[in-house]
Amino acid sequence: MRLKMVPNDTKFDFFSVSKIAITLSTTLVIGTIIAFFTMGLNFGIDFRGGTMIMVETPESVEVSAYRALLNDVVDGDVTVTELSDPAAALTGEAKHIIMVRIEQIGDDAAVQNDLIRLVKTTLSDTFEGIVFLQTDSVGAKVSGELVQAGILAIVLAVGAVLFYIWLRFEWQFSVGAVVALVHDVFITIGIFCITQIEFNLTIIAAILTIVGYSLNDTVVVFDRVRENLRRYKTMELKEVLNLSINETLSRTIMTSVTTLIALLTLYFLGGDVIRGFTFAMIWGVLIGTYSSIFVASVILLRLGVKRDWDKTDNAAGTQFSDIDA
Amino acid sequence: MLQFSIWKKGLIWALCLLGIVFSTPNLFYSKVEKANDARTLVAAGVVATPDMETDIAAWPEFLPSMLVNLGLDLRGGAHLLVEVAVEDVYADRLDSMWPEVRDALREIKDDVGSVRRQDSNPNELRVKIGTPEGMPKALQVVGDLTRPVVTLTGAGSRDFEVTNDGDILIFTLSEAEMIAMDDRTMQQSLEIIRRRVDEAGTREPTIQRQGADRVLVQVPGIGSAEELLDLIGQTAKLSFLAVVQQTSDPDIRAGSGNVVYPDANQDGIYYVLDRVAVVTGDQLVDAQPTFDQNGRPAVNFRFNPAGGRKFGVYTAENIGSPFAIVLDGKVISAPTIQSHIPGGSGIITGNFTVDESTRLAILLRAGALPAAITVLEQRTVGPELGQDSIDAGKTATVIAFALVLVFMVLSYGLFGIFANIALILNVAMIFSLLSIIGATLTLPGIAGIVLTIGMAVDANVLIFERIREELRGGKGPARAIELGYQKALSAIIDANVTTLIAAVILFAIGSGPVRGFAVTLGLGIITSVFTAIWVTRLMLATWLQARKPKTIEV
Repeated sequence: MRLKMVPNDTKFDFFSVSKIAITLSTTLVIGTIIAFFTMGLNFGIDFRGGTMIMVETPESVEVSAYRALLNDVVDGDVTVTELSDPAAALTGEAKHIIMVRIEQIGDDAAVQNDLIRLVKTTLSDTFEGIVFLQTDSVGAKVSGELVQAGILAIVLAVGAVLFYIWLRFEWQFSVGAVVALVHDVFITIGIFCITQIEFNLTIIAAILTIVGYSLNDTVVVFDRVRENLRRYKTMELKEVLNLSINETLSRTIMTSVTTLIALLTLYFLGGDVIRGFTFAMIWGVLIGTYSSIFVASVILLRLGVKRDWDKTDNAAGTQFSDIDA
Repeated sequence: MLQFSIWKKGLIWALCLLGIVFSTPNLFYSKVEKANDARTLVAAGVVATPDMETDIAAWPEFLPSMLVNLGLDLRGGAHLLVEVAVEDVYADRLDSMWPEVRDALREIKDDVGSVRRQDSNPNELRVKIGTPEGMPKALQVVGDLTRPVVTLTGAGSRDFEVTNDGDILIFTLSEAEMIAMDDRTMQQSLEIIRRRVDEAGTREPTIQRQGADRVLVQVPGIGSAEELLDLIGQTAKLSFLAVVQQTSDPDIRAGSGNVVYPDANQDGIYYVLDRVAVVTGDQLVDAQPTFDQNGRPAVNFRFNPAGGRKFGVYTAENIGSPFAIVLDGKVISAPTIQSHIPGGSGIITGNFTVDESTRLAILLRAGALPAAITVLEQRTVGPELGQDSIDAGKTATVIAFALVLVFMVLSYGLFGIFANIALILNVAMIFSLLSIIGATLTLPGIAGIVLTIGMAVDANVLIFERIREELRGGKGPARAIELGYQKALSAIIDANVTTLIAAVILFAIGSGPVRGFAVTLGLGIITSVFTAIWVTRLMLATWLQARKPKTIEV
């Protein structure tokens, strides 16, 4: 007896819903652009500069109590948020963790060490048993560099991938994969605009992993398309695509499920520090799976593929496609 | 595809075995760590205490003892990124040129007339000569004072560039000299920071140069970055200067050769001091925290012989006049010289707390930083959070692992078990590789491992699904398995190469924790491809040969 996520020999017509998919994706991308300019990303101190102090108290303390206390001490903008702990439901012990964020004041490259010290003394004088879990402070100079490095990393990754797929397949595949990729990155940024979850350095890492994962999915489908194009030389491209997606559907779902199992465990049990990161990853896996079926393939269908590969026969695809065979 | 030569089989199993052997020390982390620490101490010549001997005995020497380093986010500690103001040193260098220039020009007094230094911006030294006609000779003489700079690119350039503007000689540092000086400044800063952190007795600090003018300092186990910053943030340039005048006017005209410094303890008090120091902190050989005769915290210091002699002569000649002890541009104390101080030792009494005097003593012993530093980034993770993160990471990894294992068995039966063995070997190999290369495991790194667990099965899923298809197409067991591997290969390679590209880019561009993630993700991809392609195939081939099943169910 086997657990089967997908029955054998599915024959879904994925392109019958392609119009809906295109509308949905376009709406999501446009929505992201709107959300980005209206709501904006909740940049963490990595990218904005400033100071973040995370504290834990033995007893629950109202956020407003922190606010009142710190507004007196600090000139700049102070944000206080309570971190909710989804693991509390499972473990039964709630933690009282508060995150204090202090805006970078002025353009000063140096971080405000005296300010941190002041805030820490004030807090430990007022709340008994307070523990400073984490203190991060990033000056404007470094935060500027981190923004650049982050953008550079994503652009480079997408560029490198575009090149690799072009080598291994045809340019149409490459465009399809990259459009799907950009789509995923956009919508992930969109969800961060809407939820206002902190966008920091680790989220960039998550987005890059999504880039890798989404591609992974797309490439597996494309690999099958390439194979089926050779096998069924007269079949219509749309049929070939549909067949290929159906054939790989079981694997696509299986891998998504195993990855999601791992990620969901990490989300609930992995601690507060990487929750934003795992959230981005979970979202990315869902979007990546969707986009490799509905975005990448639709683009490929629209662009069309050169079919006269049989002339070069066993070196089908491109001159590099037989490297590993 | 299913035939393995003996040596290939041996190699695959040997690699798996190595993976297991080299990852085991991590299962006994604290035991191995203690044993390693004790061994290092003994090797350094420390006599072993009974405690240390027990630690050593707990993990025999012949066992592998390499461990994964835990990042600061996991064990707690402070991280500081500081920038050294390398250009600070330029002004001092120009200042130090002045006496040489003065003496050289005085020797040709008949040609150049009087020699006087003029105030200027700190990047140049301006010297006015009395007889403008003597300029060519003056240029020639001071030109001989400049020295060639030895660099890779600046061959033939000299340390100073000398030009003239009418009757004024202008000295500026050459480009090559600035680069060479920047490098020296960074070397010195690193050395001083290292000495200070070591003096404070903290464990295993990492002190690295980053880029042209930055230093990264990471100290595990320290409670706050502020503590660390107190230790390394201060330039600690100490000098003993003659006091010209005490004043309450900060804008007083100090006069040529003098400087105005504020009092460190009292607002509104300033001192006009002779710019040239009697003795400086460079000449200290020791400094210890102590108490003065009134029981207030103070710092006891001792000069080297040359410094001691200078100090002795100066105090003998200036009994009754005040002198100033200046630390980083502030007068911490300005006592009156009561008597001749021979022997080269003394005591600094400021308005110190015990902590401050202890710290000042450390700073003076370690020496002054050649240039001021500014903090660009500081991060501290408390030990509580570090422990929480490790615990959370462990729980999540174990549970994720278990769930994936169960899911694989439910989906693929016996084949799922093969995939699971490969998965366990995979994780062992990741840990052994991390231990061998001495990589640092961070929390995002753990996330990378968990993600690899999820994705590592992908290769096997691809293969198994393919085998299923071949079986449905009517192929026999052996043929189906062979074709499954053959046909899934290109998809596996392409899919993993693309993810590897992302990991490599992350590693190249990312910093700190992100890099840790890239390392585990990258290693995870490599080991997962190995285990999926070779290990499961070897297991399947062995099983096929042993059982020769007529039909198989995947």
